[in-house]
Amino acid sequence: MSGLTKGSVAVVGAAESDLGLVAPNTSPVDLMAQGTMRALDDAGLKLSEVDAVFAAATQSRFAPMALSEYLRIKPRYFDGTIIGGSSFMTHVAHAQAAIEHGLCEVAVIAYGSTQRSVSRAAASPREYNYYESPYRPILPISAYAMAAARHMHEFGTTREDLAEVAVAARKWALKNPKAWEKEPLTVEDVLNARMVSYPFTVRDCCLVVDGGGAIVLTSAARAKSLRKKPVYVLGVGEALSHSTISNMPDLTVTAASESGPRAFGMAKLKPSDVDMLSLYDAFTITPILFLEDLGFCPKGEGGRFVSGGAIAPGGKLPVNTSGGGLSYCHPGMYGLLVMIEAIRQVRGECGERQVPNCEVALAHGNGGVLSSQCTVIFGSASTL
Amino acid sequence: MQSLTEKSPLGTFLEHMKKGELAYQVTDDGKAIFYPRAVAPETGGNLEWRVSKGLGTVYTTTAVHYKGEAPLNVALIDMDEGFRLMSRVEDIAAMDVKIGMRVTFRAHPGDEKQAPYPVFTPVERSK
Repeated sequence: MSGLTKGSVAVVGAAESDLGLVAPNTSPVDLMAQGTMRALDDAGLKLSEVDAVFAAATQSRFAPMALSEYLRIKPRYFDGTIIGGSSFMTHVAHAQAAIEHGLCEVAVIAYGSTQRSVSRAAASPREYNYYESPYRPILPISAYAMAAARHMHEFGTTREDLAEVAVAARKWALKNPKAWEKEPLTVEDVLNARMVSYPFTVRDCCLVVDGGGAIVLTSAARAKSLRKKPVYVLGVGEALSHSTISNMPDLTVTAASESGPRAFGMAKLKPSDVDMLSLYDAFTITPILFLEDLGFCPKGEGGRFVSGGAIAPGGKLPVNTSGGGLSYCHPGMYGLLVMIEAIRQVRGECGERQVPNCEVALAHGNGGVLSSQCTVIFGSASTL
Repeated sequence: MQSLTEKSPLGTFLEHMKKGELAYQVTDDGKAIFYPRAVAPETGGNLEWRVSKGLGTVYTTTAVHYKGEAPLNVALIDMDEGFRLMSRVEDIAAMDVKIGMRVTFRAHPGDEKQAPYPVFTPVERSK
């Protein structure tokens, strides 16, 4: 089976929009456009050179059209795939395919959300589903809580293990000036916080903030002549397993167990080659599941793997060095920002939180209720 | 294939629910399917309706905390016939619902806004 080619495209620009709480009446497309221009400036490219637009937002149904109209550009290739927080990893895979086939050359992937300003309910209204809605789960929280409960039952994972994920994220966030959270957090703080959906307290759950951003992809050949050191796409993998939590076959095994091997296969790399991980942490259980499913520890061992500060600064494996969705920023579909941190680590731009000699960074996106899983492996020129 | 101009899969399910029955479907090779569909998943083949005996096991559970309300149970139930559904275990505190607990079906009547829907009670208590 032929597929995409390792290193055929590179990220040449990456930037967040304004994050946190934006001014009243800011639109998600304002944030997408701001992120796009910052990412193009980062790359040293002009808006007129963009010939492909990839975008997704829960508040903009036809996001590629909205962004193209706003910027008055006429892309010859576009894709608005929306599968939740992993949408943007999918966009990378699709952009790579389009660039390899000569369908476009400079692709912008953009996202924006004002969910803190307008409320989560307004930003992401949920569809009625007879088979779930009458039971009033708080979605997506209760779905992930049920996955955590099952993991605890099968493997002996504890609430303290879950809390370790939040504490590690907070320690990293304190090293990131752009992070929303500014105060230290302890395991006890997490356990004693307001219960939302057992076993999750509010501190097991991601932030609800405004934000967005963009990345710019182009061919490896074009990338060499641009402003920043290219960050190559070494591998991509996409997988879906279900849409609703009541249809997830096994709540302790995600489709990252399929997307991961696809990405590693394309990159011709293995987990031990990875220098840092950016794992979608919508809830404290998700990095635990992804560490297992991506092959960084055996199934069931994720809770024990993260305990004792193992993924915190100074631990054995740097995970979510930005502070993650739990402490840095989570505007609703956080996957784009998951990738931006991995890209910056490969570039060596992370200052106090920089992972030394970071040549390979894995960014993993999750969407829906553990439904869509997409993995992107980034690397420096030395990894080609 | 079932016509969708006369009756929907959910419509048939609700007819059963109004009679106090938990209906599900089986494929040509006997595999239990839920939620109800117009075509069989994986094969695209036919589906036949069955009525569940109503016994199942809690696969996973959570207690949802809404402001000003007692914690509310939400659970996934594995039915003995081999299908899974989301539901709620009643007649017991939300946090006392445990994975592995045996539960039995009853129809919640719903109200003017909500069609009847399946809920469960612990097998031990209902004896």
